[in-house]
Amino acid sequence: MTEPSTVQPFTGQQVKLKKPRKRAASSPDSTATLLRTENLTRHFKIGGGLHRRTLHAVDDVSLSIGTGEIVALVGESGSGKSTIARLLARIYQPTSGEIFLQGRRLSTIKSRTDLLAYRSDVPMVFQDPFSSINPVFRVSHGIERCLKLHRPELSRAERRAEAIRIFEVVGLTPGADVLERFPHELSGGQRQRVGFAQALAMRPKLILADEPVSMLDVSIRIGLLNLMTKLRDDEGVSILYITHDIASARYIADRLIVMYAGHIAESGPAEDVLARPRHPYTQLLVSAVPDPRADVRVGADTDRGEPPRVIDPTPGCRFRWRCPLAIEVCHQVTPPLLELLPDHSAACHVATADSELKAF
Amino acid sequence: MSSALADDIGRAAVTGDPILKVSDISVEYATKQGNVKAVDHVSFDLGRGEFIGIVGESGCGKSTLLFAIAQLLPPSAGVVGGSVVFKGVSMVGMTDSQLAAVRWKDMSVVMQSAMNALNPVKSIRAQFTDAMRAHGVKSKTEIADRSEHVLRMVGIDSQHLRSYPHQLSGGMRQRAMIAMALLFTPDLVIMDEPTSALDVVAQRSLMVQIKELQAELGFSIIFVTHDMSLVRHFSDRVVVMYAGQVAELGATSRVFGGPLHPYTIGLMDAFPSIKGPRVPLTGIPGQPPNLIAPPDGCMFWPRCPKVMESCKTISPPLYLVEGTEVRCLLYVDGSAP
Repeated sequence: MTEPSTVQPFTGQQVKLKKPRKRAASSPDSTATLLRTENLTRHFKIGGGLHRRTLHAVDDVSLSIGTGEIVALVGESGSGKSTIARLLARIYQPTSGEIFLQGRRLSTIKSRTDLLAYRSDVPMVFQDPFSSINPVFRVSHGIERCLKLHRPELSRAERRAEAIRIFEVVGLTPGADVLERFPHELSGGQRQRVGFAQALAMRPKLILADEPVSMLDVSIRIGLLNLMTKLRDDEGVSILYITHDIASARYIADRLIVMYAGHIAESGPAEDVLARPRHPYTQLLVSAVPDPRADVRVGADTDRGEPPRVIDPTPGCRFRWRCPLAIEVCHQVTPPLLELLPDHSAACHVATADSELKAF
Repeated sequence: MSSALADDIGRAAVTGDPILKVSDISVEYATKQGNVKAVDHVSFDLGRGEFIGIVGESGCGKSTLLFAIAQLLPPSAGVVGGSVVFKGVSMVGMTDSQLAAVRWKDMSVVMQSAMNALNPVKSIRAQFTDAMRAHGVKSKTEIADRSEHVLRMVGIDSQHLRSYPHQLSGGMRQRAMIAMALLFTPDLVIMDEPTSALDVVAQRSLMVQIKELQAELGFSIIFVTHDMSLVRHFSDRVVVMYAGQVAELGATSRVFGGPLHPYTIGLMDAFPSIKGPRVPLTGIPGQPPNLIAPPDGCMFWPRCPKVMESCKTISPPLYLVEGTEVRCLLYVDGSAP
C-alpha cells in the first residue's frame, strides 16, 4: 500500500514555489488579525501544604496570528508552547490574560453552542496519529461526525460528498475509498492527513497543530509540511505550527515565535529571525541545529542545554543563567518584548536593532 | 572537531585490526503472520576507536541489528544466519554467564530512553555500585572514586551520585547513562538514539561530549539514529539501512558529499535546511515495504524515482563504487551511471 500523495517524486522536478506572502497581515494592529492574546498567563499549582509552589508554564504572552498565515511556535520541551496550544483550544483556562478571536473576547463565551462554534473555528491536530483516531470505527466516522455536529445543514448525501472532497484536498485519494478504511489500515502519514481532514471539515479559521509531524518517519514528514502550506494557500486557513524543529518551522512558517521558559524570547518574520537572531537564546538555538548539508562545524561552546527553572521564578530574564551577555539589569528586571526591527521583536536588555552582538 | 581529525580516526580504523566483525547477519522475528526478516545479511567491520553511524527510518531494522550485536534480542527474535565476532570471540550463542562478563566491561549499551533504562527506585550511586560489584570490584573506595570520576567525566557534579533518576533532567540522565557505560572503559559503546528525547541544544552538547570522550578514551562507537544530520558531523563511516538491508555504506564525507543510492538521496532531501535558500522539498512518496510480504526485486523500487524494469525482478547485491558499498542496479558496472 503506498500513500496517495499529491507531491511529486523527490528528484528532477521542482514543486511549485510558494506564493510570496503579504507581511502586512502579521502586524498586531492590522485588520487581518485573526487571533490575538493579551498577557496570556497560565500557572500550575504543584505540591501541597508547605511544599506548595507555582509553576509558571506561560507568562505574559501577547501574540497575534493573521488570516492565512502560518505561525511557528518553537522552543524546547517545557518552554510552554504546548500549554499555549491548550489555552487557545480552551482545554485550559488562562490564569490571567485574554484571548481574542476576530476581536471577540473568549472569556465572554458561556454557552455550549458558543464554545462548540469556537472549537469549530479553532480545531486542533494532535501529535500522535496512532492514538488520536478511534480504532474501532472506519475513518469516515470521525469526519462525518464533525460534519454532523458543526454543519447540521448538510444532508446525509451532502455530508458524504463533502467528506470525499476534503479527503482529496488533504491528499487521501481516492477519497471514497479511503473513507471506508479502518485506522489500522492506514500508515502514520495517512492517519495524520485524516487528522487534518477532520479539522478542515469544520471550515476552521485557525488550525492548532501541536507537533503534527514529530511521530512520523522523516521521509513522510515533508509531505505533511507541504500539505500545511497547501491548506494555507488554497483554503486560506491560518495554522499555528508548534514544533521543536526549527528547520521545519523555517520551511513552512511565515512568522516565527521563539519561546523560552514561558516567555516569548523573540518573534518576527521567519527568515528574518533565523538570519538575524537578536535574542541570545535564538542565537544558541540556531547555532545548535544540525544541518546535513553544512560542512563539519562544531562550536566549542559549553552550554549544556539544561532546562530553565520555572517554579516560583524571581523577576529578571529567565535566560540569564545561561547567557554570556547577561548584565546587572538582567538579574532584576524581566525584559519586555520590544520591537527592534520592523515587525521583529526580542525580549532582551542587551539586544539592539543594528548591533552585531553575538552570544553564540 | 575538525574534519582532518575525523579523517585521521577513519584511517586508523582501517589499518588496525577490527574490534567487531559483523558478517552476513540475519535476524528474524516470529509473528502470527509468519517470519519477518528484520535484518537481512548485514556485514560490516568496526575498527578500534571508530565511530560508525547507522541511519534509517523506523522499522528498517537498525535497532534489531544493534540488539543482535549486543545479544539483547527479545525471545521472539533469533539470529538465523551470520556471525558477530567481538574481540575475536563469537557473540552469537554465548551463554548468559559468558555475556554477563563481557557486558559493561568490554561492551556497553546506552539505551534510547534513560528514564526507562535507569532504575527509578535506586540512586545513581547504587546503580553504579551494582554494575561494578557484578564485575568483581569489591573495594568501597575504588567504587566511590570511579563513580565520581566517570560522573565528572560527563560533566555532572559528583553530588548527583546521591540523586535518583527523577531528580535529574533528561540531558543529565542521558549523561549518567553514558557515565555508567564508561565505568570500565569498554572497547565498544553501542548507542541507540541517545539524543532523541533531548532538544537541539542539549543534543549538540551531548554529541560534542561523546566525541571528546571517545578521543580521550579511544573506544569504538556504534551510533543508531534516524537523524541523518546528527551523524553527518560526528561519525567516520555511515550505514544507511532500508527494509533490513544495507542500502549504502561508506565514509561519512563520501556518503553526504555524493550520495549514491536513490534512498539516501531522498533521505537527504527530506531535511529542510535552516540556512541557504528556501527550496521546496518533496520527501519520499510512499512508505517502507511490509517485511512479511516484501516486494520482488529491489526493496526500494516501489518508491524509487529511478526505477527500471530490471529492479522489479532482480534483487541487487552490494556494489563497490569508489569505496562505497551501494545496493542499487544503477551501479552494476561499478561506477556511477
